Amino acid sequence: MRQLTNIFWLAGKELKSVLGDPVMVILILWSFVVAVILEASGAGDTVYNAAIAILDEDNSALTRQLTDALGPPWFQPPVRIAPDQMATEMDAGRIMFVLSFPPGFEADVIAGLAPAAQLDVDATAVSQAQLGTDYIVNIMISETRAFLSGSPDAPEPAIQLELRRAFNPNGNPVWFKAMSSLLNQLSLLTIALTGAAMLREREQGTIEHLMVMPLTPFEIALSKVVANVVVVLAAFTLSLTFVVQELLQVPVTGSVPLLLVGTAVYLAAAAAIGMFLGTMARSMAQFALLVIMVIIPIIMLSGGMGAIESQPDIVQRLTTVLPSRHFLAFAKAVVFRGAGASAVWLELSLMAGLGLAFFVASLLLFRRSMSLSG
Amino acid sequence: MNDTADIPVTKNPPVARLDQVSHSYGKVLALNQVTLDLPAGQMIGLIGPDGVGKSTLMALIAGAKKLQTGQVQTLGGDMTSARHRANAGRRIAFMPQGLGRNLYHDLSLKENLDFFGKLFGLDGAERATRIQRLTRATGLSTFMNRPAGKLSGGMKQKLGLCASLIHDPDFLLLDEPTTGVDPLSRRQFWDLIDTIRADRPGMSVLVSTAYMEEAARFGHLVAMEGGRVLAEGSPAELMERTGKPTVEAAYVALLSGDSADTPPPEKPAAKAEMDPGPPAIRAEGLTKKFGDFTAVDAVSFEITRGEIFGFLGSNGCGKTTTMKMLTGLTPATEGEAWIFGKPVDAQNLDARQRVGFMSQSFSLYGELTVRENLLLHARLYHLGRTLTGERMAELVPRFGLETYLDQGAASLPLGVRQRLSLAVAVIHAPDILILDEPTSGVDPQARDMFWDMLLELARRDGVTIFISTHFMDEGMRCDRISLMHAGKVLVSDAPKALIEARGVETLEDAFIAYMIDASPPEEPVQEGLLTGTDAPEAKTSAPSFSLQRLLAFTSREAMQVRRDPVRLVFSFVGSALLLLIMSFGISQEVRNIPFAAFDLDRSPESRAYLSGFEDSAWFQQALPISDADELERRMENGELALAMQIPPGFGKSVRRGETPEIAGLIDGSDTNRAGTVESYVKGAHAHVLSVGAQSALALADLATPRAPNSAPPVQLIPRFHYNPAMESLPAIGPSIPPLLLLLFPAILMAVSVAREKEIGTITNFYVTPTSRAEFLIGKQLVYIGITLLNFVILTALVVTVLGVPLKGDPVALVLGALLYAVAATGYGLVVSMLTKTQVTAVFAAAILSVMPTLQFSGMMTPVSSLEGAAQIMGTFWPTTWYMGISVGTFTKGLGLSELAGHLLRLAAFGPVLTLLAVLALRKQER
Repeated sequence: MRQLTNIFWLAGKELKSVLGDPVMVILILWSFVVAVILEASGAGDTVYNAAIAILDEDNSALTRQLTDALGPPWFQPPVRIAPDQMATEMDAGRIMFVLSFPPGFEADVIAGLAPAAQLDVDATAVSQAQLGTDYIVNIMISETRAFLSGSPDAPEPAIQLELRRAFNPNGNPVWFKAMSSLLNQLSLLTIALTGAAMLREREQGTIEHLMVMPLTPFEIALSKVVANVVVVLAAFTLSLTFVVQELLQVPVTGSVPLLLVGTAVYLAAAAAIGMFLGTMARSMAQFALLVIMVIIPIIMLSGGMGAIESQPDIVQRLTTVLPSRHFLAFAKAVVFRGAGASAVWLELSLMAGLGLAFFVASLLLFRRSMSLSG
Repeated sequence: MNDTADIPVTKNPPVARLDQVSHSYGKVLALNQVTLDLPAGQMIGLIGPDGVGKSTLMALIAGAKKLQTGQVQTLGGDMTSARHRANAGRRIAFMPQGLGRNLYHDLSLKENLDFFGKLFGLDGAERATRIQRLTRATGLSTFMNRPAGKLSGGMKQKLGLCASLIHDPDFLLLDEPTTGVDPLSRRQFWDLIDTIRADRPGMSVLVSTAYMEEAARFGHLVAMEGGRVLAEGSPAELMERTGKPTVEAAYVALLSGDSADTPPPEKPAAKAEMDPGPPAIRAEGLTKKFGDFTAVDAVSFEITRGEIFGFLGSNGCGKTTTMKMLTGLTPATEGEAWIFGKPVDAQNLDARQRVGFMSQSFSLYGELTVRENLLLHARLYHLGRTLTGERMAELVPRFGLETYLDQGAASLPLGVRQRLSLAVAVIHAPDILILDEPTSGVDPQARDMFWDMLLELARRDGVTIFISTHFMDEGMRCDRISLMHAGKVLVSDAPKALIEARGVETLEDAFIAYMIDASPPEEPVQEGLLTGTDAPEAKTSAPSFSLQRLLAFTSREAMQVRRDPVRLVFSFVGSALLLLIMSFGISQEVRNIPFAAFDLDRSPESRAYLSGFEDSAWFQQALPISDADELERRMENGELALAMQIPPGFGKSVRRGETPEIAGLIDGSDTNRAGTVESYVKGAHAHVLSVGAQSALALADLATPRAPNSAPPVQLIPRFHYNPAMESLPAIGPSIPPLLLLLFPAILMAVSVAREKEIGTITNFYVTPTSRAEFLIGKQLVYIGITLLNFVILTALVVTVLGVPLKGDPVALVLGALLYAVAATGYGLVVSMLTKTQVTAVFAAAILSVMPTLQFSGMMTPVSSLEGAAQIMGTFWPTTWYMGISVGTFTKGLGLSELAGHLLRLAAFGPVLTLLAVLALRKQER
């Protein structure tokens, strides 16, 4: 009870100091409004809006029809280029695909010779290259069949494949991007805010003042976690309601309260990481470098920028200690798949466990860090 | 050619002339309509406590601060003119307040002086002679290689003086040069100044001080209060005008406007009789070592209950560390301490309830109001609602806080803040009060009031008070004191007894006598050595740009970076680690897609079809699904990315030659993965059909062509350029260094500039003829070098560990890295212009750069695929172009001519960003 009231009053003080700083408020707004919108609507699907050029040496009705068939959302409207431009355009990274039709292409198709068109692909981005090639092959075959028969009902294959996407039937990339962007903002802000609150108190000497009062390091540390979780959770809730659901039109299938509970658990874990870094660093500069070293893997290896199961085993094992990985799995399940608590208990307990581990580690470092700053 | 020589240098015109000068910080008015002439060739004392505007006034006269209203003329010219400032800067020396505040603590004494010499354009030989002369004269010559941070306070101030004298200034401004310095060093310092003045009678000296007893030695005094000039004249004149025997008394009289004698409460009333029992505080051989430095050396003392016990000594003599050991804040290396007979235990919360502590640096929570500060502490001490009310009702009037209750603590005047700190420290009615330099910077009147409160606490409430101070007169007010020097207690007794024991007049003299006993005095000042006899030739008009000054900043920054290798190791090892983890971790190939079959047919045909998926490396088979509920459940909990559902009667209808339909259900929550899975399913499906045609299995039926011309009517021959094997590493490896080479240098650069602002060394840029570009570019060169070094390390790792060959032109890559390093550090400079503190520099650098670097620079999504604002951000972000160069040279095998466009665009970022920073940097403080 005594501990609870201590944490309550200390957390109140933290809240006042975060919200009393206009720079912090602006940075929080920037992160949860502008950055989320930019990220969610900026980059699309794996193959989305890809730059394609046509080198048409046949210039027939068929090649024009094929050219017209390539377009949004996967491709940008194709541009026509001359043969000598191809290398420079690709070297400069302005064009990803170049589709070349040889002279007499249409005539050969009509003659049933199955002529070959050439596709030059910039393979420095492997997955875009692979997928884009597949799309182009499919489009070409079905369009040519349509061209030949005058209608799309070409002879059918023996077995029809009917593919359906669950949870996001139209494959709208904004949905997933919005969620992974929210995760990035949550992680960066919570870690930086909590760690900096810790360091600032140490640099200004107020921590010593707290330490001579009848307060334990546990209460001091937990109050910072609580305060920052409250601030970021409030920002998250607002951003989820007004930016993600209203503005970006992302539907939340599952239970919003469950999502908030999981987010709170994740934030506590992230705050514990921030606290851990804050107690480890001796100066702001060191803290900044530590934050960068932690936030880059969090953003890039948690599943938002590439599926977890594609990572090599050893990296997968490393990323298990990132609470963000479990949070993204949790958030995907609740938001898109409508999963209930029974389906996500594992992620929730992993996040809680990792958070606890980081918190205990920072308590162990707490006393040591005090003498460092003295 | 020689502007300043035209100004007649006679004795008559004032060295500085202020007219109606006002200066405010936000709502606080620091200077209020000051009009003042400072006579040349004199030693002028600026007296008054902290916060009366002394420092502001000095900074305005020196040109370090930007003038807000009024007029300031220094050395005969208008200080708003940048041209005059640059020229006058060569004749002015300004030593800001704070022990060694403008010194570089990680550099040695010699390196510090060398740096200042370079700033004033002295050549190597001249620097060497002057440094030798100055250090010999000040007795510092034996410490040439000691870092400035490890010098004692007195030596720091002597070094600061040497740094100020290196260019033979005509006008020397010293802001509180002796505050916090031990009495012996203080005396030596003033002797030194006298010697200098004897050598160069033409030099004007302006000194500010909070020690009133020092003011008597100045020729001309300016007494200040509340941003106004209270009075000026010689010390004798001021004392005569007020009819007081000392300058301090004269000042207090001027302040209160009355001339009635208020006897100083020098000797406290007799101690109240206390219960016998163990002493309140007892320390036995307390020792604290930091590495090989002994901060506190076997300190022992005993404080009885209800006593006011003082620790008297200079800054850094171990007072604070001793107090920290008593409160359990820092463990003692050796020795032990007891509070009320119980050993100090950091874990004992009950003991803390009995102690009140006011630390030197504790400035309360500025963002909370007075009431909130008091309430917060009452709550944390669990006083309960009624007791809190009682204590508030008692303390608020007693400490005179009624009118400030709802004001933010940060905006309170210093004296009020100290009273609030004391109120907070006693809110829980502790038995012991430990006060670490509670009155530094408080004006004499407020100090008297503060001591009255302490006396009342000790005498009326029986509180034991342990206080530290560097003011001798405060030492006189204690029951007993310990004189501390260099970590040792020299002697402990009642102050009067100490004076009598040494047979001297004042406590200060007694202290000095004890100090001389403890350590032999340093070599005496040698006259005639401090200032050169050579004509000050360096005072002609300053060149607006000097490579020597720029490089002086470069070599100084480089030395500092070398002294703090942790930062470098962090950025080198950190970026190498990140490179490896990212390169192996981010795979663009989607593999091991968890898939399960939902086979409602279970015929040979259905098994044959599914085997095509099971054999593929793309898919990883999970247990088959048995019913629709299970399908839903397993999709929902994310176990499956793909489920293939085969309808009942599939085999039959294949055999009958019908066209059955198979349904594939993909988890669409991760749209990126879903897209890939979709194309893999299509590929596997087509593969099953075509392979089936060649095999003799049941599947053969599946693949029987329905029509003779079902072969595709066209073919597509893909050619994968740059990375024909479609491997992930060659694609990812070269795209990671561009991220790291932006984030790390930008943060290091931003923090480096913010740090100078925060700790105050930026004053050297304000008051010397250094131009903005010299300062920024000088520092930037070091970080460009670090970035290039990091580039070499990362490139070596990419080639060797990741095994990605550099196919293209190395010259293009190196040139790109150089341009990129300029851009990244330039960005760091711009960020540092937006911020004043290291915290905000860190936040701004991290939050503003992580997203565009990771998301919009073409690493995961080609910039050509971005849209709208994201594409604009990508285009105007240097990483995009360096990414093109890195991937271009490594993977595409490109050379200079192909990358010329990228290089040209990248080249624009650095100069533009640096120029922005140079323009945004102010040559004067606000």
